[in-house]
Amino acid sequence: MAAVLTATALPRELTPAQRALRRLARRRGAMAGLGCVVFFVLLALFAPWVAPHDPLATSWSAVRQAPSAHYLFGTDEIGRDVLSRVIWGTRASLLAGLVSVCISLALGVPVGLAAGYLGGWVDALISRITDAMLACPFLILAIALAAFLGPSLTNAMIAIGISATPIFIRLTRAQVLAVKVEDYVEAARAVGNSHLRIALRHILPNVVAPLIVQATLAIAAAVIAEASLSFLGLGQQPPAPSWGSMLNTAKNYIDNAPWMSVWPGLSIFLLVLSFNLLGDGLRDAFDPRHK
Amino acid sequence: MKKIFLYPLVAALAVFAGAATAQTTLRIGLAEDPDVLDPTLARTFVGRIVFNSLCDKLFDLDEKLNIVPQLATSYTWSADHKALTIKLRQGVTFHDGEKLDAAAVKFNLERHKTMQGSNRRGELAPVTSVDVVDAQTVRLNLAAPFAPLLAVLTDRAGMMVSPKAAQAEGAHFGTHPVCSGPFKFVERVAQDRIVLERFPNYWNKGAIHFDRVVYQPIVDASVRLANLRSGQLDFIERMAPSDVPGLKGDSRFKISRIVEIGYQGITINIGKSDQAQKNPLGRDPRVREAFELSLDRKAITQVAMDGEAEVGNQWVAPNNPWYAKNVPVPQRDVAKAKALLAAAGVPNPSFTLMTPTTSDAQKIAQVVQAMAKEAGFDVKVQSTEFSTSLDLADKGQYDAYMLAWSGRADPDGNLYSFHACKQPLNYAGYCKPEVDELINRSRATTDPAARLKLFEQIEAHVAKDRPIVYLFHRHWLWAYSAKLSGLRTVPDGLVRVQDLKFN
Amino acid sequence: MFKFLLQRLATIVPTLFFVSILIFGLQQLLPGDPATALAGEDHDPSVIAYLRAKFHLDEPLYMRYFYWANGVLHGDLGESVRIQKPVVDLILEKLPVTVQLASMAIVIAIVFGVSAGIVSAVKKDTAWDYAANVFALWGLSTPNFWLGILLIMLFAVKLGWLPASGYVSPFEDLKANLAAMIMPAFVLGNAFAAVLMRHTRSAMLQVLSADYVRTARAKGLDERVVVLKHALRNALVPVITLGALAFGELLGGTVLTETVFSIPGFGKLIVDAVFNRDYSVVQGVVLFTATVYITLNLLADLAYFLVNPRMRG
Repeated sequence: MAAVLTATALPRELTPAQRALRRLARRRGAMAGLGCVVFFVLLALFAPWVAPHDPLATSWSAVRQAPSAHYLFGTDEIGRDVLSRVIWGTRASLLAGLVSVCISLALGVPVGLAAGYLGGWVDALISRITDAMLACPFLILAIALAAFLGPSLTNAMIAIGISATPIFIRLTRAQVLAVKVEDYVEAARAVGNSHLRIALRHILPNVVAPLIVQATLAIAAAVIAEASLSFLGLGQQPPAPSWGSMLNTAKNYIDNAPWMSVWPGLSIFLLVLSFNLLGDGLRDAFDPRHK
Repeated sequence: MKKIFLYPLVAALAVFAGAATAQTTLRIGLAEDPDVLDPTLARTFVGRIVFNSLCDKLFDLDEKLNIVPQLATSYTWSADHKALTIKLRQGVTFHDGEKLDAAAVKFNLERHKTMQGSNRRGELAPVTSVDVVDAQTVRLNLAAPFAPLLAVLTDRAGMMVSPKAAQAEGAHFGTHPVCSGPFKFVERVAQDRIVLERFPNYWNKGAIHFDRVVYQPIVDASVRLANLRSGQLDFIERMAPSDVPGLKGDSRFKISRIVEIGYQGITINIGKSDQAQKNPLGRDPRVREAFELSLDRKAITQVAMDGEAEVGNQWVAPNNPWYAKNVPVPQRDVAKAKALLAAAGVPNPSFTLMTPTTSDAQKIAQVVQAMAKEAGFDVKVQSTEFSTSLDLADKGQYDAYMLAWSGRADPDGNLYSFHACKQPLNYAGYCKPEVDELINRSRATTDPAARLKLFEQIEAHVAKDRPIVYLFHRHWLWAYSAKLSGLRTVPDGLVRVQDLKFN
Repeated sequence: MFKFLLQRLATIVPTLFFVSILIFGLQQLLPGDPATALAGEDHDPSVIAYLRAKFHLDEPLYMRYFYWANGVLHGDLGESVRIQKPVVDLILEKLPVTVQLASMAIVIAIVFGVSAGIVSAVKKDTAWDYAANVFALWGLSTPNFWLGILLIMLFAVKLGWLPASGYVSPFEDLKANLAAMIMPAFVLGNAFAAVLMRHTRSAMLQVLSADYVRTARAKGLDERVVVLKHALRNALVPVITLGALAFGELLGGTVLTETVFSIPGFGKLIVDAVFNRDYSVVQGVVLFTATVYITLNLLADLAYFLVNPRMRG
């Protein structure tokens, strides 16, 4: 009987992305961060079912009650359940983080691409405007924009998104400049590909990795920025629950109702921490030199 | 042997001497940073607190809101009430040494009326001219009798600044104010502190027991209180109601509460612009009545102000001598509210309540929203930055507006600009000739009984038409070191340093 | 190098121009009639008319920009409407406060951040590394205003060790000044400490594996000498340039910190001015800080250029 030659499967060649994800999976911190983010996302999606009380239901008799069996996190200044408001508030904070960064990406990446790829006076103009925006302190720009647009969650997201755009413009532009001189790009040009095709097909994919890292870290910063704007009265307005606006009200009662500020503050901390961990992990995963 | 006694004696003397020359400083925490320190241009409430120590006025108010002399000693109305003759106190000088005489008073009143950007013009509009009768007597001539004039002169319009300094500094007088109050200006660091020191030639120096007064604006109420607790401040104004229980047990501090002369209310757009027609509240007085009936004022004060407010239904508080008693404060009646809405054909009216972003206004708005919901109202709370809200109200671009008013000593100050046709603060757009006539008559007579009767008639109209649903009158909450005594609690909410001292 | 310097200087002018347009536009386009906002509670029509005339509010936007820009070029940044003080005076009054706060924050950040970074790099993958990472992440993730309020409650109210707020000039009373500034400086610095820690760590790691360090180790030098003398010096270069740029970033942080602690610096000035519609103040202060930031940027680039021989020539 002839020996059966079992064809051992050759190890499949992994794409760079898959290799990066593998590296990511090995980092405990990043996985913990990811898990936490997923937890918050689920909390936000299933808030109506998870929250024990209506976050808007006021109760005159239960004003500023300490945590109890009925109200696990206590009640706020007009008798609403803090736990339910924290759970529902996840939506506002996650939205603030995600939508702001989407705005920044949507505005920043094309502009950065244009600046890096086209060069010349377009680049000079865009770079000067970007420098100007970066020279104004981010929070002040966001405050001025939010005051200009009016206090609401939507406007806060727009304000944060616009304020964070220059970072993505710079990042994209730098990546494009680095990639532009690569051989394959020159080859593609020589073959006669249109600028747009080159930009989208050859340059953009190489920009994605650092953008993902920066975007994740930017989400963390955006969540804090939303809390800061709400703290100043410019973000999500009551009665709609948002961690930042809850802290804004809670600061008046730190002495006699500390639970009002502990839980929203802690939630902001955890969410931001998770995104930071995830972002760090992604950065290390995409760039093996950083250990 | 003698030396043993000498050293301790010298030391003791040094200590006593030191104590005698140690400066007593009163440190007061304010809720905001005052604006420009020029009585003609000033427009903030906290500015008036600082002025109390810095600039004396012709008249002042006492705890019962009576007019009492300060720079003036007495006054007489002419027979037709079109001229007010004021006798000035002798021997009063400004901080720069200039004499306060009738010429100085005339200069000041004219400055209030004519200076560019003056905020006192409207207040002194009824005064047509000022005559110097003699060095200590001045006469104000009016176009028509104007009863609130004396009360107006207890506020910034009655404050006297040194003509010499005012002419020298011109529009920048506010950076180095020179007045005639118990303390003179030393320095101001914007948003940090205002430092005043004792004016040695003050006419009433027996009543002054501090060498320096320092005002520190600290916006956050809990931080303000923390400063009081830690001993960095001796006095704070506008303590948060929720902090009262926590401080009550502490014997190091005392709390004072006075009912304000202003109010918190909801202004309704009943005719300011076209939006009034689209607004269910603006269109139909029954809907307004239903809205008022859906509110439990007592509960609102309990929840939103921790009980630190008096319910009311008028432009003055129930404990005010000018309160018209003919209309009682309505009780909550949800059933009747629903019935009214059904009769009006709008069982579920929906409107936006424009609310400034201050925490108090937000709280009250949310409680109102929840209460009105039970009667079928869908109230949308629209948070608007204060500056923007004033502008929108001015243009009539709102349905209902959660607006508070800090109040004036004479009820006319809470009434005329709000309910007379086309007046600047008449955001509701209320215009009823009968009401205008009643208000004008109430300004023209100085007879308190007659005025009260007129106020009663005005209240009958206002309570029925509801251009403003008055909710309550807040307590001014002051917290201060127990070492202080002699505090005078005047309902205008201004901290007075006269007679105040450390024990 | 001269060419490089000239090129960089040439970019400052258009950048500042865009900054001025940006901040002017944002302020002037704020909703609400500014004259109404500035007129206050009494709402006197004659005051409103006066303010409209004074600030040329009835003139088109570009004319108003021209008036302002013209003033700026002559050294006049306008006047605060609220308290009638020239903006230049306000800036000079508050600059030392914010500079002190920012400097203290940077010092705290360097002390905690750099040492944590060194420890973390040298003791990589041990419990120390882990702890330092946690510290860094905590610094980046905590909202600074929340931290500030909690610190006030702990150190000022409960323990009474430090003042709750306010500012005392160091020339008046140095001890009180430091007591008042330590908490806000810590709050402001801890985020930057986290950033510094990471940069130090990664720079140290790169350097520690470099050849000349291996040589030093091979020579038998004490580990501490290796770390401090050779590795650190080279690792600090990017960190120092980062510190210069951080000044601009910290200003954003001062906005909330100064509001919470009632420190009369730039941050608080700007926030109050935005809400009070005190345009000239916001425009003037932002233009000033942007100029400082851009200048520091330029200096940092220069420093890097000088220090890094590879970039020269």
